[in-house]
Amino acid sequence: MRRLGVEHAVLSADAAPGGMFRRYPLFQRLNTWTKPYALAERHTRPYEWYDWNSLVGDEPAHRSTVPEFMDGTSYFPLRAEMAHGLEAFAERTGVQVRYDCRWQATRRDDGGFALETTDGLYQSRVVVFAIGMAEPWKPEIPGIDAVPHYVDTPPVTALAGKRVFLIGKRNSGFEIADALLPWARQIVLGSPRPPIMSVFTSGAGVRAKYLVPYEDYVMGGGVFILDAAIDRIERTADDWRVFTTGQRTGPLEFRVDQVIATTGFATPLADLPALGVATFSQGRLPRQTPYWESSTLPGIYFAGAVTQGAVGIRKHGASGNSAGVAGARHNARVLATHLARTHFGVAIPRPALGANGVIGFVLDEATRAPELWNQQAYLARAVTLDPAAGWVDDGIVPLAAYVDAAGPNAAAVTVELDANGDHHPTVYLRKDGRVSEHALPSDPLLAFEGAKQRAELASLLQDLGPVEN
Amino acid sequence: MAGLALFADLSRPQLAAAAHTFEEEWFSEGQRILRQGFTGSNFYVILEGEAAVKINGETRATLARGEFFGEVSVLLGEAPTADVVALRPLRCMVLAGPETEHFLITYPRVMYRILQAQARRLRTANLWRG
Repeated sequence: MRRLGVEHAVLSADAAPGGMFRRYPLFQRLNTWTKPYALAERHTRPYEWYDWNSLVGDEPAHRSTVPEFMDGTSYFPLRAEMAHGLEAFAERTGVQVRYDCRWQATRRDDGGFALETTDGLYQSRVVVFAIGMAEPWKPEIPGIDAVPHYVDTPPVTALAGKRVFLIGKRNSGFEIADALLPWARQIVLGSPRPPIMSVFTSGAGVRAKYLVPYEDYVMGGGVFILDAAIDRIERTADDWRVFTTGQRTGPLEFRVDQVIATTGFATPLADLPALGVATFSQGRLPRQTPYWESSTLPGIYFAGAVTQGAVGIRKHGASGNSAGVAGARHNARVLATHLARTHFGVAIPRPALGANGVIGFVLDEATRAPELWNQQAYLARAVTLDPAAGWVDDGIVPLAAYVDAAGPNAAAVTVELDANGDHHPTVYLRKDGRVSEHALPSDPLLAFEGAKQRAELASLLQDLGPVEN
Repeated sequence: MAGLALFADLSRPQLAAAAHTFEEEWFSEGQRILRQGFTGSNFYVILEGEAAVKINGETRATLARGEFFGEVSVLLGEAPTADVVALRPLRCMVLAGPETEHFLITYPRVMYRILQAQARRLRTANLWRG
């Protein structure tokens, strides 16, 4: 925002940079990769695709901060390494943050909003809430109130030789199961539906890092994956009892030493719902537009993990990667530009590409742009045929906003998976107000700049205006 | 979900599992859910609100709570031949296209209910043509 010339204040309840990584993940190592040695050079924009954890910047010194602190023992950074990377980013960019400033209340104010904070009153036309999916959440199950949430998991040493029932089969459940493998006597992961593994969905689901408990289950080593509804939980003097009913198992009763609710988190929206911010998913997420604005309270925007509430056009069910830093960091940059243009009248440069440059530019983006790879089928690179300037770069945009908006003749490219799991550059051509979809040929090495792709893209763009292949 | 005819034959544990298989999604008035000619669509069941089925901008049908859409595109592996647009705030359950076949085979009573609904739609279309 500062580089775009928009005055703003950044408020943080924390005392220092680092956010949730000052505390989570509980078992220290992230499940998102940063490859110290990759197909692109460190400190470049293409490298960001191979480094899912560093924040993104305009200058080489602001990029790739996390790998600098990694010790080489894994390509999944430790929590502390991630926190150091964020601290380095804050220091090098000189971003101004008012720490130890807690947001307390919100109200409408003269066409904008007023925030009451521990540091006094802030007034603004627009507010962006980057408050995380940070509030422990439990479903309505009788007896679950007494069950500790993931955030209150006892030390693993206290669970040595114990039987543990984990409610939930998502990443946090598998993270604890993985950590307890050397300690617990028996581990049961129970919830109604089977686990979803990211290796089969190319995105959402339990990360491959946590597959070992699943292998243990398959081989009968003491981990059990139970597909069953949790009916109720009872705490006795000596142990816990968990009552379940599954389609295949029928009713079962488990007697275990510990139950832990790995049931996820909610957004700490405080008074925003009362102000008009509508939510979904049992109140856990605000409803949002493709540009992450509250769909019911204009002027309120979201950033960070909360942006997973905007799912785009959900091709083949995929809803983007906004739950993690890898996707949310790109959303934030797109949002900054959007706010500057739409709320503060900032003219965003639109570099001319030329008839002889547009083909190469679009295919280079499809091959290397971290925004397109981290946010597949969610973020797109748009190029527009301007009557005066010819082909111009219109930057990175949410695909859903592009395909549903009226506008001049243009094209936007994304990276998408097809039904067979192959990646394709996919072009959305807007001509005379109608948008059509065109998948370009895939490539086994994901290099989309070959003669076939160039010829097909040229054929498409020629329908809008002059191009030179 | 338990109150929808589509899932009326499922037992409680089946309902619980099915409920966790779908995602919940909200759409604002005027927002497109299915897009004519775009591949990779999904299967939707309406929980609240109304949606219009539009072909080349012309409204052909209106859908309401308990009705579903996207199944033809998912079953045939082809892009939808119509837009589906929210007429007012619309709350849906959505099942990813690639998961739909497995879901229907797992819950054949749901598949039967879908076939019944499709038969009714076909009958209505035939009457309309006649």
